Amino acid sequence: MADLQIETLHKYYGDNHVVKGIDLSIPAGEFTVLVGQSGCGKSTLLRTIAGLEYADAGSISIAGQRVNDMAPKDRDIAMVFQNYALYPYMTVFDNIAFGLRARKTPAIEITPKVQKAADMLAISHLLERYPRQLSGGQLQRVAIGRAVVRNARLYLFDEPLSNLDAQLRDEMRGEIKRLHQDLGKTMIYVTHDQIEAMTLADRIVLMREGRIEQQGAPLELFEHPDTKYVAGFLGSPSMNFIPAQLHSDASGMCLNLAAGLSLALPNSRFGHLQDRVGTAVLLGVRPEHIQRKGTERPGMAPVQVDIELVQPTGSRTFVEFKLGDSTTVAELQAHDVQRSGERIALDIDMNRVILIDPTSEQVIANGRQH
Amino acid sequence: MGLKACGVVSVNKSPFSYRLRQHLRLVLAIAVTLVFLFPVYWLAMNSFKTADEIYSSPPVWWPASLQLNNYLVLFKDGDAVSVWNSLVVSTISTVLAMSLGTLCAYSLARFKTGGDHLSNWIISQRMVPPIAVVFPIFLLYVFLGWVDTYIGMILLYTAFNLPYVIWMMRGYIQDIPRSLEEAALVDGCTHWEVFWKVVIPMCKGGLFATAIFTFIFAWNEFLFALVLTRTEVVTYTVQVTHYLGGQSNFWTKIAAMSVLGTLPVFIAVVFMQRYLVRGISLGAVKG
Repeated sequence: MADLQIETLHKYYGDNHVVKGIDLSIPAGEFTVLVGQSGCGKSTLLRTIAGLEYADAGSISIAGQRVNDMAPKDRDIAMVFQNYALYPYMTVFDNIAFGLRARKTPAIEITPKVQKAADMLAISHLLERYPRQLSGGQLQRVAIGRAVVRNARLYLFDEPLSNLDAQLRDEMRGEIKRLHQDLGKTMIYVTHDQIEAMTLADRIVLMREGRIEQQGAPLELFEHPDTKYVAGFLGSPSMNFIPAQLHSDASGMCLNLAAGLSLALPNSRFGHLQDRVGTAVLLGVRPEHIQRKGTERPGMAPVQVDIELVQPTGSRTFVEFKLGDSTTVAELQAHDVQRSGERIALDIDMNRVILIDPTSEQVIANGRQH
Repeated sequence: MGLKACGVVSVNKSPFSYRLRQHLRLVLAIAVTLVFLFPVYWLAMNSFKTADEIYSSPPVWWPASLQLNNYLVLFKDGDAVSVWNSLVVSTISTVLAMSLGTLCAYSLARFKTGGDHLSNWIISQRMVPPIAVVFPIFLLYVFLGWVDTYIGMILLYTAFNLPYVIWMMRGYIQDIPRSLEEAALVDGCTHWEVFWKVVIPMCKGGLFATAIFTFIFAWNEFLFALVLTRTEVVTYTVQVTHYLGGQSNFWTKIAAMSVLGTLPVFIAVVFMQRYLVRGISLGAVKG
């Protein structure tokens, strides 16, 4: 049975329709990440689940029980906030123990529980300190400690890592994932960072303008996006979108790009598009699916390009060039290109590209079997 | 090179002008302090003088003996009870205004009670000139039988200080990060518990500062006390005026009574100074 069931949920702020009919079912023990740009309604959805916002329509059920009219304290949830939300006038111990005391946990049980949570998060040595004496990373550990000590049914995280610097963020991301593995609790995590979403999630729920754009396992969304938005949102650098015309001739289907460029499409993946021949499409190529030309393989489309920009990152090098008329990014091996201005031969892996209808922005071929 | 030369010149020149400026500042500060302290000194000295010393010319700067007769008279005649009356009325009305006002402010700040304009309306009540309402209130109090009673004075001061308390506390509460309250709600608190366990501790500084000002307002109030008290609950501000007569003014009593009336506030401010300064600056930053 689903641990959290949301049906046609609507939320308004005044005239502003923020959440527009969300349906979502989250199984017990799953780590779900709500991801999307700021203003897409993901935080509002989380806050509505927590009971901090009132649902204007629709229903929310936790463990089969409708909780719409229940106070936050009765929903058996624990939440970690973006700005930590620690009480400055309490020690770390008291902060972690706050929820236990509020729920009238016998005093004798509180100390071992706080100690256990603190051990788990490696903050045992900080228990007597006040929040103002802690660093950002330590504050966030305490905030997480306050949630995990509670043994709640549902854990909610509202962009918990966005106030931390990059290195600390990577570290804490790992810790949260480990925490989920250890506790096996149902967790819902809100972020605008697609890397966080990809690395943490059992399932990503990608939101856009108050609706769910697509949901599924991270790799499922990454490899088989349903819309241009999803394809462009996941992946860094993001997917290249190149206008093209779908053609068919004796040798099979191909894409005609600007500047007289033509790329052959493998029939196995795109055969079902016969009725679209002659129409305009968008070709979606991920930077990592373009590489230095190697031995000839089926599905590889060779192109000659003039490199306009070289950005080495150490292990990989990002290069920019024109494909047809469009500026395109490719992720090459570190030493594939030395400097801008070079003319080199590249292979585009046509087995991995997607095609998009430019008007509806729906993906018409995303690699799933049709 | 040019920079260095410039530095040398200014180093040669600056210590003198810097020290001069420091000294000037000090002199000015002492002068201002003297101006402010003189009335306090004069009041205290007069309270120890005999009537002759008060009227003597040139003035007596330091009385021949620090005699306590002026104070003893106040206690013997029972006039000193007016300080007690002030204390009762001011303390209870402050506690009431703070309790009601803080709750009200929380409601305004967090639940948008009364929409956006109720809070403006409340502060506008503070702008009513007391003289404009003193007569209607007197008639009302006569009708209710509240003239010259503790309850009458306490309720009146509570009512007059409530807008100030609400306005100030609303500002302090709005400054508390909302997520602190939300975290407490999720962690198992009711709104009442959030109020006690999060809101009150978070605005403790503002609470004390507002309470002191409220207390001082009530303590110094004169107009209503003059009109609404007779003999039973005369406050010290009114008691002082009883010594101003058509025939003669009892300056010794006035001075001693004023010292007695100043002491409680003086002590309160000394102990609460920390909160007072922080409270004022908090409000200032918020704007």
